[in-house]
Amino acid sequence: MNEFLLAAAGFVLVTVALGLIRILRGPGDADRILAAQLLGTGGVAAMLLLGVATGLPGVTDLALLLALLAAFAAVAFVAGSGRGAAGGETPGVAEGGTGGEEPE
Amino acid sequence: MTSALAVDAVLALLIFGLALWITAARTAYGAALGFMAYGLLLALVWVRLAAVDVALTEVALGAGLTGFLLLGAAARLAPDASFDAVGVSGKGSRFLIALLCAAVAVGLAAVVLVLPDPAPTLAPLVHANLARTGVGNPVTGVLMAHRAVDTLLETLVLIPALIGIWSLSSDPDWGGRPGSLPDLSSNGPLTLLAQVLPPFGILVAIHLVWVGAEDPGGKFQGAAVLAAMWVLVLVAGLGRAPRVTSQASRLLLVLGPLVFVGIGIAGVWLAGAFLAYPEEWAKPLILAIEAALTLSVALVLGLLLAGPPVADGGGVEPRP
Amino acid sequence: MSLTLDLFTVAAVSLGAVFFLAGTLGLLRFPDTLSRLHALTKADNLGLGLVVLGLLPQVASPLGWIGLIAVWLLALLSGATAGQLLAGAVRPPEWARLTAPGPGKDTADD
Repeated sequence: MNEFLLAAAGFVLVTVALGLIRILRGPGDADRILAAQLLGTGGVAAMLLLGVATGLPGVTDLALLLALLAAFAAVAFVAGSGRGAAGGETPGVAEGGTGGEEPE
Repeated sequence: MTSALAVDAVLALLIFGLALWITAARTAYGAALGFMAYGLLLALVWVRLAAVDVALTEVALGAGLTGFLLLGAAARLAPDASFDAVGVSGKGSRFLIALLCAAVAVGLAAVVLVLPDPAPTLAPLVHANLARTGVGNPVTGVLMAHRAVDTLLETLVLIPALIGIWSLSSDPDWGGRPGSLPDLSSNGPLTLLAQVLPPFGILVAIHLVWVGAEDPGGKFQGAAVLAAMWVLVLVAGLGRAPRVTSQASRLLLVLGPLVFVGIGIAGVWLAGAFLAYPEEWAKPLILAIEAALTLSVALVLGLLLAGPPVADGGGVEPRP
Repeated sequence: MSLTLDLFTVAAVSLGAVFFLAGTLGLLRFPDTLSRLHALTKADNLGLGLVVLGLLPQVASPLGWIGLIAVWLLALLSGATAGQLLAGAVRPPEWARLTAPGPGKDTADD
């Protein structure tokens, strides 16, 4: 079972690697933002598989942290691109939600 | 065993490739993005090395807060211009830098490979004395009991760092609120994220600090999570950073280090040395120090990201 | 009983891995950033859910189950919201005019 879980972790890591290659090659920085999503799900899956396979304590906490901070990384990407894309301090169009003020 | 080797090989290749990409990145912004991804992947390496405490810190600080800082810095420095255009350094000096970095890496690898097996280590000594510290996690035992002075100095050094960042403001700006964070309050999904994530973040942070006594965790990781959640709230415009002259925030900043130093001095009378804990009280004292430090370090980390103060538009700022 | 649980784990984790592969294939093949983001968010989150489902029988304590499910729910929540966040950041600026209601705010380009 442990062998299988390790192999599954390796497989997920390979898909993450392929995804990262495509993302980092993508022309412009817009594509690279996707790395946050990719690592937030693929990285968490690989980590859980590795943790259960090797029986390390605390890997679930680590996966919780990874999920939280991958979302934070997405915020950092958007915050950066908002400043960078517009070339200055004003938030550019890239950040507006649909309509902005409407309640959900 | 071959599965483990395959996983390690894939991980090593992935990280190495990513590191090469970051070095060859054309824009500062792309390199900063790559670095955040690198930090998240490095956590997996730490898990393979069975160092979960380090992995927690890597994710919380390396990928989270440091990545945020780097992206902000890159966004300010002509993010779309390639390094050549900015004129950083000529091809000759870059080649020399690459050579030096490679030499250091090869040297480190040689040292690690040449180490005797088993490598000389203090781990058995720590393990033998762990029960006397009252905690079950050897990392926490070393940080908070055996080498508490190092931890004290590490937490004290954060405050001069904050003062350094605040000193970057100009005189008219002093007394205002920190202004380096972007204002994305019109962004709907971001506001939703800032309303929904922080409660979970606070729970996770408390859990990390509490469980750090027995399992991987600790105050630093918990504080980093709290700081990240606070920065999220600030960026979404749901809260405002305190003014640099605010007495309440200054009090909270020094609370943790003061508790630490106070308990340390009390240890001179109670247990015979600075930062020695009486044995029956070791665990409650350590937890008290960690709780106070979590709050202070979280505030410091958040303020470090929030940057130097900026005067409010149009007002005359009172000088302290 | 333990054999059934092990088979369940193998089946669920394998299916999850297939979904991760599907997400990456979408990432590699779809023509623009928004559809790539869509493939990534949906397929990878489903893959993660299946992996967590498959890992549940391998963890002994109920506390461990709660932890695993908490990870999945948090990843789902943050992944879904972050997906919307990233989509807003990468969509072409022209679209803002198409979806803004009424006399919308002036967008910053020309």
